[in-house]
Amino acid sequence: MPPATASQTIGPYWHLLEDAAWADLTRFGAAGEIITLSGRVIDGEGQMLTDACVEIWQAEPAAGETFGGFGRAATDEDGCFRFTTIKPGPLPGPGNSRQAPHIALTILARGLLFHLATRVYFSGEPGNEEDPVLRMIAPERRQTLLARPAGAGRWHIDIFLQGAHETVFLAI
Amino acid sequence: MSLPDLPFRPYAPGSQPDNDTPAYRSTRLRHPLRPLLRIPQTVTERTGPVFAPARFPAISSLAVNNGKEALGERIIVAGHVRDEDGRKLPGTMLEIWQANAAGRYNHARDQHDAPLDPDFSGAGRVFTDAEGGYRFVTVKPGAYPWGNHANAWRPNHIHISLFGPGHATRLITQMYFPGDPLLALDPIFLATAEAEARNRLVAVFDLAITQPNVALGYRFDIVLRGRQATPMED
Repeated sequence: MPPATASQTIGPYWHLLEDAAWADLTRFGAAGEIITLSGRVIDGEGQMLTDACVEIWQAEPAAGETFGGFGRAATDEDGCFRFTTIKPGPLPGPGNSRQAPHIALTILARGLLFHLATRVYFSGEPGNEEDPVLRMIAPERRQTLLARPAGAGRWHIDIFLQGAHETVFLAI
Repeated sequence: MSLPDLPFRPYAPGSQPDNDTPAYRSTRLRHPLRPLLRIPQTVTERTGPVFAPARFPAISSLAVNNGKEALGERIIVAGHVRDEDGRKLPGTMLEIWQANAAGRYNHARDQHDAPLDPDFSGAGRVFTDAEGGYRFVTVKPGAYPWGNHANAWRPNHIHISLFGPGHATRLITQMYFPGDPLLALDPIFLATAEAEARNRLVAVFDLAITQPNVALGYRFDIVLRGRQATPMED
């Protein structure tokens, strides 16, 4: 077989796929600690992306009838995205390690020929210090993956595509 | 060792476009300037979302909306989704979107001065069958101008989105048409270094898919990442 098919940009018109309901991962009746995760996506000149597709995926809680683990949201005219989901718990990592609660986050947009993968962790979570992925990142850049509390059950993270605060993006 | 315990292989060199592609101007302020951090694939990367067809109903004909035929050249697109090891991937969701036959998207931000078609929404969704095969009917999308450079036109293309068996197999691609003179001028198509890899984005005209007196057929096979032979050490 040939290698994997080449990626191409999602472009500016991907909203033909958009279903705003997909931003709520609890819509099928999932139970657990419901949180919102909001954020902005910011380019190299500090401008908000207003045409981006943001996707999240979490392997915990395990996907089932009432929880699919996947969400998609558009950035709005202010560059903001917002998800409602269940706060994930820890997961096993390589070897005997334990991964801190995290959500995989993907940015797809005009100008990105290959989607960008990162992870969102929760600021102040006790397991962060031992997380095998966070430990691979220099301490001064780790905070780019940490959502900050923004009120009860609300978490916020800004994604910087370039610049001094550039988010750590992952090759997975 | 079951499949989800095996990590996906790295992408073959040259098979994927580089986000730092100056000829595609929108990349300039959006591509990361620092190298990506390669992480071990954990359960987060080796597994992925599952889309039950019951909750995500198929829309396999884009050419008919509310019982009315869209304008344009009706076509059938069919192919298989496999991984790099040739494993068929049944039950894989494909999301599809495209411009209409005049080269206009049914999208508020598309300001191209070409007519909208009230009978063409341009979005679809299909699932692969037990053999990993898929098929949808649509109209051939038109070429359209864009602002990337002087007299820039996108070649005819259909956008396709797939998830595959894991978070690490996510793929957004574009299917092009054989013989399109715009391909040689398109910085998005040309962004993939290996000619062989980008030429696989061009569908193949196929008389076996063509339905007599109905529509021309194009074959577009899609390959997702394969698994490594050895598990990771957890």
